[in-house]
Amino acid sequence: MSLTIFALTGAALIGLGVYGLLARLHLLRRIIAFNLIGSGLFLFFGATGARGEILDPIPQALIITGIVVALSASALAVGLVVALAQGSGRASLPEDEDAEGRAP
Amino acid sequence: MTPLVVVLSLPLLTALSAIAVPASMRVTVALGGVVTTLIAALWLGGVVWHGGPVVLVLGGWQPPIGIVLRADGLAAALIVMSALVIAAVAAAARYEMAPTPAGPRASFGFWPLMLLLWAALNAVFVSRDLFNLYVGLELLSLAAVALVAISGTAQALASAMRYLLFALAGSLLYLAGVVLVYATHGTLDITLLGARVPSPVDALALGLMTAGLLAKTALFPFHVWLPPAHSAAPAPASALLSALVPKGSFLIVMRLWFEAMPDLAAPSALLALAAMGAIAVIWGGALALVQARLKLIVAYSTVAQLGYLFLVFPLAGGDGINQPWAAGAWTGAIFQALSHGLAKAAMFLAAGIYIAAVGSDRLGDLRGLARALPMTSFAFALAAVTLLGLPPSGGFTAKYLLMTSAFASGQWVWAIVLAGGGLLAALYLYRPVAALFTREIRVRPRAIPRAWQAIPLALAALAILLGLLSAMPFDLLQIGRPKPAEDGL
Repeated sequence: MSLTIFALTGAALIGLGVYGLLARLHLLRRIIAFNLIGSGLFLFFGATGARGEILDPIPQALIITGIVVALSASALAVGLVVALAQGSGRASLPEDEDAEGRAP
Repeated sequence: MTPLVVVLSLPLLTALSAIAVPASMRVTVALGGVVTTLIAALWLGGVVWHGGPVVLVLGGWQPPIGIVLRADGLAAALIVMSALVIAAVAAAARYEMAPTPAGPRASFGFWPLMLLLWAALNAVFVSRDLFNLYVGLELLSLAAVALVAISGTAQALASAMRYLLFALAGSLLYLAGVVLVYATHGTLDITLLGARVPSPVDALALGLMTAGLLAKTALFPFHVWLPPAHSAAPAPASALLSALVPKGSFLIVMRLWFEAMPDLAAPSALLALAAMGAIAVIWGGALALVQARLKLIVAYSTVAQLGYLFLVFPLAGGDGINQPWAAGAWTGAIFQALSHGLAKAAMFLAAGIYIAAVGSDRLGDLRGLARALPMTSFAFALAAVTLLGLPPSGGFTAKYLLMTSAFASGQWVWAIVLAGGGLLAALYLYRPVAALFTREIRVRPRAIPRAWQAIPLALAALAILLGLLSAMPFDLLQIGRPKPAEDGL
């Protein structure tokens, strides 16, 4: 029962993240959306390790590694956004902006 | 086993040392690491050539619990090619990433990032575990994104950000596939997966992983990030990005389809992959034709050249009776990856020399430079010969193998793509070559050291030698070759 809840929560997080990625053009929101998708995947992955009589420890080990990878990717992404915003005053990609330079 | 450990760990150690040592010693330490790793890579190639695949079971733990590293002929060939390209890039970066033109931050960051990228590439080439591949791929993307952003201009930062968005989306798609594979089969080892009990989930998992990897390989229609990113980086970084980085994710696609799950290769899926490749050849070539800047022409040419790689999926196997050699199309695709790596690195390094000489890469400003920089221009022309697939280059061997398989199996459509792509390449490479070799000189160039000019020439010559001496790399690639490479998917 609890497994289903974990899996469903994971799926909901992935859905939220995909929505955020498509609907929001602000780069910081997109980075958060990537992290939501990643967290959803990890939750789902963790739930698969808890099936059956014996708990499988391998997903835990992989999730911890995955979190480290996601953290470093987010750090680089935030660094890039800050550098972009310092240069142009905006935190969105040039092609996503309207004529006045605002992200919709 | 020793050379395998060295090519994996030494670039990482050198990257860390290059940050730790005083600035005056940075380049010396980095170059020392590059030379030692190059020797280890050639040594590894020799070991695989004489003794077959090198296998390393980490910590003695067998899969499915442990991780296996395996250097087969394919991995060894890519490791040697990358080592040659990176050695040349490092030699060119001594001139080009000197503190003045690119800014102090670029000259600080370039060396450790290049070495990190190298470590990640080598790890991707030899890993047999899907999650280990994910970590390697992610390290590769992060180092590549940082290299794009290194000059710190607004355009470079925007290109890097766009690249990062594509790369992260690709990683998550790949990771989702990995999670599904583990949930279904309880293993991520490629060899064990090849012998798994098939499950209906496999197709979804393979589709997710492939989609993610295609975004990272910049196959049409996921190519939009590539040209601005590759042309915004300093020339030595562009050479690494264009010549090597897409090969990492492409290799994983090959491992998935030919080694982990060859049973899932439905004709429609193979057709879709090859069709995207064919469109990339045409579309990349057409866009390269209308660019006004040399680096953008070369970058769009990468989009086109990567397209050829994906023709391998329907062509693999071909017709065994009509081909005197085994695994013709499969070997042809790898030859394309190797020769494109060498030639494209030569082109970007040549472009870097032109930019250093006249301060611009607009075709109008490059007019007549062949007289002032004959070695560089000869190197550019030689690299163009490889990209066109003219004999006796490595690109010719690649296209010859692919085309023979296309005719032997009656799939002449792909032969048209191969021939048409070559014609397009001739058209888009004619413009820069014609500009370089005109008589009038538009901008008086700055003097460039001869040793710097010799670097792209050496790489372009290697790309030609790959065709002239194609028997040796051909035999190397057959070591540890997967069975479906010969039988077809």
